[in-house]
Order: sequence, then structure tokens, then C-alpha cells
Amino acid sequence: MNGYFPALGLGAADAFDRCAATVQRYREISYTRRNQRLAVNPFALPLNDTYLWRCDQPAPVDVPLETARGWLAAGVAVHAPVRGSVYGTLLNDRRALQALGDAVHQPPYKAPPQAPVLYIKPRNTLCAHGTRVVVPAGVEGLLAGAALGAVIGTTACRVREQDALACVAGYVIVNDLTVPHDSFYRPALPFRVRDHSCPMGPWIRAARLLPDPDDVTLSVYVDGIRQQQASTAGFIRPLGRLLQDITAFMTLVPGDVLLTGVPAEAPLVRAGQSVAIEIAGLGRLENHLIPESPSFTGNKP
Amino acid sequence: MKHARVAYAGAIHHATPHPRGLQLADGRVLAEEAVVWLPPIEVGTVFALGLNYADHAKELSFDKQAEPLAFIKSPQAIMGHRGQTRRPADATFMHYECELAVVIGRTARNVPREEALSVVAGYTVANDYAIRDYLENWYRPNLRVKNRDTCTLLGPWLVDAADIPDPGRLQLRTEVNGSTTQEGTTADMVFDIPEIIAYLSGFMTLAAGDVILTGTPKGVVDVQVGDVVTTEIEHIGRLVSHIVGDEVFGIPAAPTAKA
Repeated sequence: MNGYFPALGLGAADAFDRCAATVQRYREISYTRRNQRLAVNPFALPLNDTYLWRCDQPAPVDVPLETARGWLAAGVAVHAPVRGSVYGTLLNDRRALQALGDAVHQPPYKAPPQAPVLYIKPRNTLCAHGTRVVVPAGVEGLLAGAALGAVIGTTACRVREQDALACVAGYVIVNDLTVPHDSFYRPALPFRVRDHSCPMGPWIRAARLLPDPDDVTLSVYVDGIRQQQASTAGFIRPLGRLLQDITAFMTLVPGDVLLTGVPAEAPLVRAGQSVAIEIAGLGRLENHLIPESPSFTGNKP
Repeated sequence: MKHARVAYAGAIHHATPHPRGLQLADGRVLAEEAVVWLPPIEVGTVFALGLNYADHAKELSFDKQAEPLAFIKSPQAIMGHRGQTRRPADATFMHYECELAVVIGRTARNVPREEALSVVAGYTVANDYAIRDYLENWYRPNLRVKNRDTCTLLGPWLVDAADIPDPGRLQLRTEVNGSTTQEGTTADMVFDIPEIIAYLSGFMTLAAGDVILTGTPKGVVDVQVGDVVTTEIEHIGRLVSHIVGDEVFGIPAAPTAKA
């Protein structure tokens, strides 16, 4: 509270009375964002190793990998390790662009993409390792988009490609779950921003532990069976170039996450199935998909 | 009631209007120019609607959409009243967009149209610049056009929803250097505010602090470095921005001044 209305802490009683109702409303409005901030700027010091947030702890911690693994094996639940803005990169896998063939020259696109094609996974999409993700009614399943997430550690504005990786604090596994759609002409909100469609975790690993983000192997398992294996090595823009092109027009801040791209031909996962994404050196992110309950009506006023 | 967030004398304050400018919660009365105006709330998810006024859609040669054309901005893109907006040296068509911004006040999922206004905390004014040179037909409007630093302003005031009985009948007006260049009314929205809230909450959860920019009417014109742009909405407020050039940001002249 005081961070928002520091003047209110000074004992100005009449001012407080005048504003009490307002303050209550602001408390509601600011609440979610304020909670996010707890984890938005955790990188005042470089990450040492494995950064995760146990649900039974008030704040995230940075521990050796074996400690973190032990906690998960013991059934400890975790939050998403970070809650900044999440930016996805579309069609960064050369094969995904090639699969569109001549369509990239035809209407509505008329030309292949020049700048990185970006999208935002807003805060309602963020969830953790272990979160059960609802498959919307009427949808056959969700595409499991395996992605390497670069977690920004220092403010990045107009960085050069050769310096860009210095702004990355660490890396996290992200499962960019998408309702299948064929057109990339309009921002595809109903397909891209479903609740909990962006599991990430279980932890962030320090950047030094993944020296080459442009050559990592991503594997997708559905019910324990490997359905996809791909590499970031074939991507059109390596991470440094992506950061250069993006921060040319928008500043990334600590806690933001940039997905370097989802490999072509993401597997479809249905309600009732589990999906896991593995990245060597990072770990394994696993979630179960469940059907939308017919009685679920959300939080009507 | 109207509310603002401002920075003054080393702290961030809640403020309300005063005949001499504004008054901080602790009693200090200040002139409008004496403070730094922040967005009136710390925003959550920011949505924006494209082509949501029939005349503007026609101006840009688009037919009516079957469903709202919605896209998302990041919180980092938002700034406050009297901010500086950068016009890159290589831009040939950069225009403002005066928009009514709707601030969500409580968690909302599957809200029917009839109840949608009950989740609204209030309204503010937005100016959502676009640089058409950077438009591409991939997830259009792409982030390079619509999520640029300094190109989305909110403010000055958040006006309580209770004070705006009919948000569907407000006049909008933009002035560039004092001359009116854009006029319209929120009555001309293709999808009105309840429809937009019902649409978005139909596939995702909205939360307090989320903001919806509801689109702009026709009358967008190119703005130049040095211009003062004022987007104004009846009963809501008057939002000023200043167009500045690359040099303010230490960006060298062409040919390296791209993007």
C-alpha cells in the first residue's frame, strides 16, 4: 500500500478520510500487478544456479540443481518462477515458414515477414509446472509449443546483437499452448491467450549454465511418449539478433521472458493427456490437460 | 471522482483535481506542470481494438469485422499525460489515435453483455500512436507498430464508472497544435463496450487493472516532430503528448536511425 500512496503513511488524517474509499478501490486494481512485482525484478545479483519459487515459501530462492530436483521429487509444488511480460516469436523456425510455401507471397500476407513476428502471452496465461490446464470446450486439443524462454535480467533498450546475451539472466522452459489456427494475419487472441496457456518452469537456470541458446534440443512428450524433437539451431534469428531487432523499438525489463520460437509441427495434446517439455540442461516442464467443466462459469459479478 | 497517479518531490502520489491544478492525497496543491503524470493506474493486460469505428475502418479501406479485432500491448508500452513520444526519422506516416480506455475493476470471466459494465472500474483517455510504415500482414497490427516505447499514453485521470452513466455517448476530439483534426462519438463504435467485455471474457479471464482501448474514429493525420497532440474525451479528460525526434533519445541521424 505505502509503495503506491506513500503520502498516506504520513498521518494526514483528513487526507486519509477523503481517500479511504478510493484507496480501497486502488488496492483492488493494483493488487494483481503488485503481486507480480514481487518476482519481476529478482535479478539485482546474477543468478547462481537454479531459481524457483516453492508454493509454500513467500519468495523464490536460488539453489543447487540437486536441491531443486529433490524438492520436486518430494512433491513440492512451485509457482511460475517469474511474472514479467512474456513475448513469443512466431515463425522463427525456418521449417515453419517454409511450410507456408507460396502463401507468404499471397494475400493476406503479400510478403514474407521482415521484422520478427511477435505476440504477447498476457498475465492470465502464466502458470507453473504442474498446473492443470483446461482445454476449452469445442476444441480438439492444444498444440504444445516447446520454447526456450530467455529471462531478461537487465533493462535492454537498443542492444546490439553481439552484446545482447549479457541482458539475459537465465533460461526457462515454456510450453506455449495454442488452439490450432491456420491464419497468422490477425492477432489470434482467442487462440493464443487462453487462461493458463503459458506454463513455465519448473525453474530458471542461470545463463552461464546454457552457454549456447542457439543450439539446444527441445523434446515434447505426450503421456510419456516422445512426439517431437527439435533444435533451436535451425532458427531464422538467433537469440542475440532477436534481442537486437526487438529492443530497437521496445524496451525489455528484468523479469520479461522472450520465447525464441516454437518448432514447426507442434504435437496436439488432448484433455486427459499429460504433456512434458524437456530441454537438455534446463529440465522438464510437465502439465496435465483437463476438459473444461460444463459447470464452469468463471467469476461472474 | 477523478484520480491520477503522479510523481512529485521524490514519491509517487494519488491525486485528485483541484481548481489550481491537482491536489495530492497529503493535501499539497500543485500546478499541472509541477508534477510528472504517470498512467492513472498500474496496468495489467492492455487490450486494444482495431477498426472499431465504421468511419475509420472505411478511411483505411476495411470492411466490418465479424468479431472484434483485438490485440495486446505490454504494460511497459504505457506512459502518462504530457509524455514525449518519439517519431523515428525514417517514418513517413505516424498518427495518433484518440480512444476511450476502459479500466476493469474486478475479475471477470464469461460476463454476459447485460452485466458487462458492472466489472468496469472507470475510464480514462488513451492516445495510441501508430507508425504505418512498419505495418506487416503478420499478426497485424504487429508489435513494431503497436507496442513501441513511448507510443501509448493513458490519462490524465481515471474517472469512476459511476460518474459516467453512458460511456456509449461521449464526444472524442483530437487537436494538433490547437487545430481540431479528429472528431467522433463513442456511439459509433462497431462493437460497444459491453460487447467487447463479453467477447474477451468469453475466452479468457480479465482482472482488475486490465485496460481496454476501444478504438478510434476517423480523422487520423500525420504528426511531426515538435507537434503537441491533445486527445480529449467529454467528461473523461484531456491527454497531451509531445512529438520529439530521435536526437532526444541519442539516436544518431540516418542511415543508422532505423526502427
